[in-house]
Amino acid sequence: MTTLSIDHVSRWFGNVVAVNDITMTIGPGVTGLLGPNGAGKSTLINMMGGFLAPSTGSVTLDGRPVWRNEQIYRQIGIVPEREAMYDFLTGREFVVANAELHGLGDKAARQALATVEMEYAQDRKISTYSKGMRQRVKMASALVHEPSLLLLDEPFNGMDPRQRMQLMDLLRRMGDEGRTVLFSSHILEEVEQLAWHIEVIVAGRHAASGDFRRIRRLMTDRPHRYLVRSSDDRALAAALIADPSTSGIEVDLAEGALRVQAVDFGRFTTLLPRVAREHGIRLLTVSPSDESLESVFSYLVAA
Amino acid sequence: MYDPTVARLTYRALLGRKRALVLGALPLLLIVISIAVRALTGADDQTAADVLGGLALATMVPIIGVIAGTGAIGPEIDDGSVVYLLSKPLKRPTIIFTKLIVAIAVTMVFSALPTLLAGLILNGNGQQIAVAYTVAALVASIAYAALFLLLGTVSRHAVVFGLVYALVWEALFGSLVPGARTLSVQQWSLAVAHKVAGGDLVTSDVGLTTATTLLVVVTVLATWYAGRKLRTLTLAGEE
Repeated sequence: MTTLSIDHVSRWFGNVVAVNDITMTIGPGVTGLLGPNGAGKSTLINMMGGFLAPSTGSVTLDGRPVWRNEQIYRQIGIVPEREAMYDFLTGREFVVANAELHGLGDKAARQALATVEMEYAQDRKISTYSKGMRQRVKMASALVHEPSLLLLDEPFNGMDPRQRMQLMDLLRRMGDEGRTVLFSSHILEEVEQLAWHIEVIVAGRHAASGDFRRIRRLMTDRPHRYLVRSSDDRALAAALIADPSTSGIEVDLAEGALRVQAVDFGRFTTLLPRVAREHGIRLLTVSPSDESLESVFSYLVAA
Repeated sequence: MYDPTVARLTYRALLGRKRALVLGALPLLLIVISIAVRALTGADDQTAADVLGGLALATMVPIIGVIAGTGAIGPEIDDGSVVYLLSKPLKRPTIIFTKLIVAIAVTMVFSALPTLLAGLILNGNGQQIAVAYTVAALVASIAYAALFLLLGTVSRHAVVFGLVYALVWEALFGSLVPGARTLSVQQWSLAVAHKVAGGDLVTSDVGLTTATTLLVVVTVLATWYAGRKLRTLTLAGEE
């Protein structure tokens, strides 16, 4: 049972704060590190992997420091986001080299290649691999010493749906075996499908932590804002505000539209067309004005 | 201290197709020039010393040193693949020491060996000139490899800085400013060569004791510092 502890960790680069006072504990099972691009996920993962010193705070694995401690890599497997990986080697040569660097031999490399189902292409040069194949060979190189902690930075980037499913199955298996698996992603659905536990970071801050259902609820229960244009905006506004699913409406004269704030997303989406039909109003535009992931995240930060 | 896997990876990266071509081009040029000079002027000790000193030791050895020394680690740090070495229970000085050995070996093979061949072609090792310059090239290979390996570890523009040092400092300043010669790997190695050849054909501005001391100090310091830098190497994220 391996536990990674991040204790009041901050990291700044010059004047820019990339990670701001984050404290979290990552235990066995699959944890998703969720956040928009540029939130500081990679910086945090680099600190977890011992490639970057925290400016303040500490990262420890079962009580032992990660930074400047080469021996810690007996426990840690790392799948970096960057593509570069000795392209002049074949997949097998690459994984064998990684095994040797751990003091292991061919057998461990063979096993790791079998785990990621890459034996069929193991004798091809890495330079000829697709993104998904590279990702799997990277996985094999990280698994070769059977680490108890696996860190993956955006592992699903650029993978096709089938490869994504295979990798998810593999990570699930690792989690079931009692390993501590942490992966980062900026895509909510990925994290939701795979992670037992979610840590959300936004703009370098720890925004939320917990079971994905709770976080999902936070995300869907937030007020939704819509921009609505219709044949009779004021009549529609009057009809909508009568229902408790709507918490506010503004008539935007400049835009010639209504700005509607709904608190009950599910109810509002059925209410709007029904009300329009009942009052003989034609809906011309219905567009969510804050559906971007960033706005979901910023809502979480405020929550 | 020496890890065979790190060495294998480094050799294969260094002797990959493109870099091997660059590494091979200069020695080939030296051999061709030597054949031409021998054919045109016949065997002449002074000419041999001029070609080996001016072309082989002053130009070819440092350039090969730059390519091998920076190439042994720079590209890996640049593209981030060094993470596969760093995420292993390997001592950082072991990685540096291994890469140094490889860089030295490659520099020696691609610079000292051609120097010997060129010397034999030029005057058949008359007055020990071929052997003297070969020894100089061997000695210089060690110091250059260490210096440029350090440069490759600390700078993303290692090749440029390396070439500037090799060509501007060693070749240009070295011949114009007397003081610069004291701080020149080329002069240190010439001091060793002078000891081998004797006579006045191979000379150095630096005494043998000073030269060997500086060679050892520079090599050891550069290697130690590179190991230290690697230990705290920060891999920038994609963000």
